[in-house]
Parts: sequence; structure tokens; C-alpha cells
Amino acid sequence: MQRQQQLDHLARTPNAEHFRHKLPSPLYARELSILQLNVGKLCPMRCKHCHVEAGPDRTEIMSADTFSACLEVQQRHRIPTLDITGGSPELNPNLEWFISRAAPLTERIILRSNLQLLDREEYKHLLDFFAGNGVELVASLPAYTPKRADKQRAPGSFETCMRVMRELNKRGYADPGSGLALNLVHNPVGAYLPGSQASLEREYRRHLEKEWRVRFNRLFTLTNCPVGRYLEFLIHSGNFEPYMNSLIRSFNPAAVEDLMCRDTLSVAWDGRLYDCDFNQMLDLPVEGRAPSHISDFDLQALRHRRIAVGNHCFSCTAGAGSSCQGALETD
Amino acid sequence: MTRQEYYDPADLQDFENITEDAPDQGNAFFNYYAKALQAGALSEREKALIALTVAAVRHCPYCIDAYTTKCLSLGVSREEMMEAVHVGASMSAGDVLAHSTQMRKIIEQKEM
Repeated sequence: MQRQQQLDHLARTPNAEHFRHKLPSPLYARELSILQLNVGKLCPMRCKHCHVEAGPDRTEIMSADTFSACLEVQQRHRIPTLDITGGSPELNPNLEWFISRAAPLTERIILRSNLQLLDREEYKHLLDFFAGNGVELVASLPAYTPKRADKQRAPGSFETCMRVMRELNKRGYADPGSGLALNLVHNPVGAYLPGSQASLEREYRRHLEKEWRVRFNRLFTLTNCPVGRYLEFLIHSGNFEPYMNSLIRSFNPAAVEDLMCRDTLSVAWDGRLYDCDFNQMLDLPVEGRAPSHISDFDLQALRHRRIAVGNHCFSCTAGAGSSCQGALETD
Repeated sequence: MTRQEYYDPADLQDFENITEDAPDQGNAFFNYYAKALQAGALSEREKALIALTVAAVRHCPYCIDAYTTKCLSLGVSREEMMEAVHVGASMSAGDVLAHSTQMRKIIEQKEM
């Protein structure tokens, strides 16, 4: 589905006022504590919910020049967190070069992975590389049972995750005191909102530790954003209107204060700048006079930029709120 | 005239408005409902499965929709949900059959 078609569809959400009218005032960034890099749309899987629409045939991938521009920003500003996502970041040939140079400049490097490639011989060295550089791993795992997880991803993907998690545990990931965090991300396998993060974390821990002998630190619940393949699924399955209505009915004004876009800047594979990864996929660039490319980075101008919003933003403000770091309010 | 169904998923959006006509009773119900369903000695997950079972036994399509969705949100598997419905089904069958003891008692009393 083309970006404009997606935006048009979202704008026509039945029985809904636009997201911006739900806000007491326009939304502005307040600080820049996370620089999120989407290093490419290439991925071995083609998950049904993927807002990036990543897959094996995608060619968009961050170049060495763009990585260098990010590194230059980091040398100047020492942004506390670098959050690397994709696609599968492991498929970018510049990844190791970038991490090894960024690590000494950065308090926290997060890498978002579906873990699939780390089970292949040619990528297994990354397990030690990530551990050696203190990279925090955030692994997507939509469910704690193979049947439901594989339904969203690919047959066998759950068991691959379990094998890789065991290898990561052997290297100290999720060990208390090791400083190596292995967090999991849950997102619903269908047209419904995630349940309470604490309740799901308990279930994940119970099943994964007992039945699969793997350990993790935290579980983050993520509400599926009606963008990309997930939006297509909602439309084709007749769930678009009920799903949007459940997001809108669950609008939580308190979640607005802590929306991730207020502290995050998202860099696309080609260096363009966005308020978040969802806006990136909808090609809604940063608004106003803020620089629009990493090579023109200006911290002052970006720190207080106005944030571009649309009806897809209802997914981050529903219920306990949702962000790349999980629910905004935890119970 | 557009065709209308007695049961429409959109009806549920009006549920909270039942407080308009008898506010004291309506609000008392919603407070009680929220308290009864929140985690306590039983987890939110266990309570969602009980609610789903009651919904099926009571043949309430609104509640079946609401609590199937709730169970999915809480990561409850299809197998767990189906087992819960079987508990309701067997209890329903059991309570019908248990009443046959009344029938047997009357037969004993009346037959020569």
C-alpha cells in the first residue's frame, strides 16, 4: 500500500476526530536522549504485522556515509542512547564497524533483532561481538508459544529464537550483574491491544524458563501501529474500524506526556530525520525549520521541534501507552 | 430502512451510558464490576477465563467478544480458552443432569 493511501485511509477513520484534536496543545519534543537508527529494510522474514514492510527483497540499506554522519553527531553530542533497528540490522555490512566506534561514545546501545540470523553460521560471531561491546538486545517475540508466534512470523522462527536466547544466556545475557540485558518485545498476533505488561511478563517468564530453559530481563508490550502490513491486514480482515475505535476509546491523556517521540529522533536508512519509526514509514518528516537530514543535524533546532502527528498516533496513547521501551505506565 | 440486528457490536459502546437513567445503581454496578474483575487473589488472566466461561454459558455475544479479546490480549492460548468453555459446558450439562434426581425422587414417590 502506498504511503499516501495509508495516510488517506487513516485520515478517514470513521467516527473519529483527528488525533491532533485530542491534544490540549501542539506536541513538542523536550529533549533528545535517544537517537534511533533504522539501518535498513532488508530482513530474512516477512512478518504479517511489520510496519516497516521489511523482507528479503528490500534494497534500502544505510550506507557507510550515513553511518559516518551519525557517528559525527554522536562525537559532538554524546546522545545517551543509540537504538538500532531495521529490518534485520545484522544484514547491514557496516553494523560492526559502526558499533565498535559508537560504543566508546555512548552510554547505552540497543539493538533490535528478531534473532533469526544469529542462528546461522555466518552471523554467529555477532553473539560475542554484541556481548563484547555491551550491546543491549531487544528481541521481538510476539508470543510464548511456537504456534502463535510462528503464525505471525515464519514456521520454526520460535524455536530458532529459543536456540539463540540459550546462546546469549551462555554469554551472560540476562545474568544478574553481567550488565548484558536481553529484553523481549511482545506485540499482539491479531487485531487487539496488548494486555498488561506485568501479567504478560509473568506468563512469558513462566513458559520460557520452565519449558524452554531460557532467561530474559524484561518484557516490553507494544501496541501494533496501523501502518504498513498491519494496516493492510486490518483493512482486508474487516478489522480497521473496530481496531481504530478500540485505540480511540482507550486514549489515555496521561500517556501523551511520555510519548517516545518527545525524547527520540529517528534516522532513516538514507539519513532523513523523523519523529519516530512510524512517521518514517509514512514519510512524515520532522516539521518546520528543523533540519531534515542527519548531515544537517542541529541539536538546538531539533530539541524543541514540533512533532508531526496523525491518527496512527492513537496506538501510542492507548491504555497504558506504548513505546519502543514498552508500556509507558507500568502496573 | 437499514437492516438492524438485535445484537450489534456497536451496542457495547452505549453500555457505559446506562448510568444516564439510574445513575446511582449504574455507577454502583460499574464500580463493583471493575473491582470484581481486577487482579486480587486471582490473577487478571484467571478472571478473564472465568468471565469468558460465564459469557459462553450465559450466551452473551457482547461478553464473548469482550472476553475472547481480553484473553487474547493477555496471551491466553486457544487451547486454554476452549478448555475453559468445556468447564462451562460440562457444568451446564451437569446441572441439568443433577436435576434429574428431582425427577427420580418424584417418580419414586408417585409410582406404585
